[in-house]
Amino acid sequence: MPSDTGPSEPNHVLEFPGGYTRSVGPVIGRFLSELRDGRLVGVRTAAGKVLVPPSEYDPDTGEDVTDEFVEVGPAGTVTTWSWVPRPAKEHPLGRPFAWALIRPDGADTAILHALDVGVFEEGAKPPRFLKSGMRVRPRWRPDRSGGIGDIECFQPEVTTINAPTRLEYELKGGRALGRFLEGISQGRILGHRCPVCEQVIVPMKGLCPRDGVATSEEVELPDTGTVTTFAVNNIPDPRAPEVPFVSAYVLLDGAGLTMLTLVAGIPADQVRMGMRVKAAWRPREEWDRTMANIKWFEPIDEPDVPFEEIKDFM
Amino acid sequence: MSRDIAVVAFAQTRHSGEDLGLAEIEMLAPVITEIKEKTGRRRFGFTCSGSCDYLAGAPFAFVSALDTVGAWPPISESHVEMDGAWALYEAWVKLLHGDIDTALVYGFGKSTQGHLRAILTQQLDPYTVAPLGIDAVSLAALQARAYLERSGAKEDDLRAVAARSRAAGRSNPFALHLPDPDGSAADHDYDVAPLHPYDVAPVTDGAAAIVLAAGDTARELCERPAWITGIDHRTEAHAPGVRDLTRSESARLAGEKAGADGIEVAELHAQYTHEELILREALGLGDDVTVNPSGGALSANPMMAAGLIRIGEAAARIHDGTASRTLGHASSGPCLQQNLVCVLSGEKNG
Repeated sequence: MPSDTGPSEPNHVLEFPGGYTRSVGPVIGRFLSELRDGRLVGVRTAAGKVLVPPSEYDPDTGEDVTDEFVEVGPAGTVTTWSWVPRPAKEHPLGRPFAWALIRPDGADTAILHALDVGVFEEGAKPPRFLKSGMRVRPRWRPDRSGGIGDIECFQPEVTTINAPTRLEYELKGGRALGRFLEGISQGRILGHRCPVCEQVIVPMKGLCPRDGVATSEEVELPDTGTVTTFAVNNIPDPRAPEVPFVSAYVLLDGAGLTMLTLVAGIPADQVRMGMRVKAAWRPREEWDRTMANIKWFEPIDEPDVPFEEIKDFM
Repeated sequence: MSRDIAVVAFAQTRHSGEDLGLAEIEMLAPVITEIKEKTGRRRFGFTCSGSCDYLAGAPFAFVSALDTVGAWPPISESHVEMDGAWALYEAWVKLLHGDIDTALVYGFGKSTQGHLRAILTQQLDPYTVAPLGIDAVSLAALQARAYLERSGAKEDDLRAVAARSRAAGRSNPFALHLPDPDGSAADHDYDVAPLHPYDVAPVTDGAAAIVLAAGDTARELCERPAWITGIDHRTEAHAPGVRDLTRSESARLAGEKAGADGIEVAELHAQYTHEELILREALGLGDDVTVNPSGGALSANPMMAAGLIRIGEAAARIHDGTASRTLGHASSGPCLQQNLVCVLSGEKNG
């Protein structure tokens, strides 16, 4: 804690070695005995309220409570909380955590305890999902001794699950794509010209999606082109160099269709529609039959293409 | 109330945020000497002090403090393990009995020698709260969150309290001179969220003393006595989970019993920024009331003296003629559990 770290090497210690033994009496004693058994109980007042933790008297009136103990919770609702970004050595958790007042279901008062909402680095700000009203439950220690620490801490109720999702395939890209990737493995970008509309389709699929006819006439295209539209991505992707990254449609010079690629070598907020770009190839010795041979497209020093010329290629 | 009783003198240390190497008694002695000089009295009808042995970690630390008073031949003396404001309350009750005319009250605390946050854990319920290891700032932050959510106030509103208090403190030669809470990168971090470092009163060493006097003796000792027209203290349940932390019912009730209306200047013992907002509401202090012109506890918070200092500062505004009706407040326990309100008036001084 920044303003009050205390002495690091004390020259004076105030201590009961081994701790200070206290009698707890029948009310607190019942509460602690139930805790040891893994149950959370409160005591009912003459007015009918349930106090958790229990006290021998009703804090509203000072009257004795009844001898009726009531099992509550163990789930409860957070009524207020604070967030400890840098735990002190006296604290129950060694990483950032919350303190919370928690009203157990069936109780009329709240119990104070630590609330563990996950793993955070020291100094972290409170997570947004931590809120008053949050539903929580105790995390019981397996070995309990009859103390408030028999509950290690509270933790949020389950609101989501994370299920495994994985299916495995052996994909074939088809003959046309195979031929395209063969070109890529040699540093060439190949397309097909449509015999009807004469547009160049790259990567080729062996047919023209516009006219529905087979294509076979190969055309080699340069590795330069124009950004027609783009998106700034803030969620990391294994293929992207860093966040934020830009994915863009690039219309290769001479092509009639755009390719989806990454754009890098320029701050994301400076990428423009109409910007001229060139493929950035990996070193030749790393080339394989994969589009990964092109890392991304980078800007080149040419004037932007006017919108009118690319508006049909978004 | 059968007798008129007034604060006639006030003295305090130049408070320090670091250990100056003085023992508690060495820190206190100059203040006692100063208040004896101010009043011209070397003996008082009653002496009462407030201190906490846990601060120095030594038993009966308050007994050695009596050496500063001069307790031979034996004096009539008492002590509270609380802020000196509660010692003042005891002295006020003693003066009401009518057999003495003056009382010396003092409070002192040296917080820099230990780990104050952990020491304050010792005042909590020993069965179900203290064993958790929760510290004073974490508890205060629970109340801050509850208050912000109930009132709609924002963290910026808390920072404004800190900024105003620190600016006032920089004009007070006795307070710590703390920077405006906008600058440093550390200000942006949380101490215990939602509290930033500037929302928390600084760990402070210091002492203060007040002399109370009754009737004509008060008029002899002071040109413009600060008459106590009402003083009351109230407490709430100690379990934080049974209280409404968003309000201070005990402060409201103490203010009502003490007759806290028509106040021009209020010195509030708010040790956290949100406490000032809760107290203003509880005591019905509007925007026309000047709050903590001394900088308050947010500019200097010597434990066991800071509450007494609030009464001393409120009285000083009457002594110097700048106000005619003021309020001094002290608090004790976690989350404003206990509150004392003292209303002072110079209206009878003419």
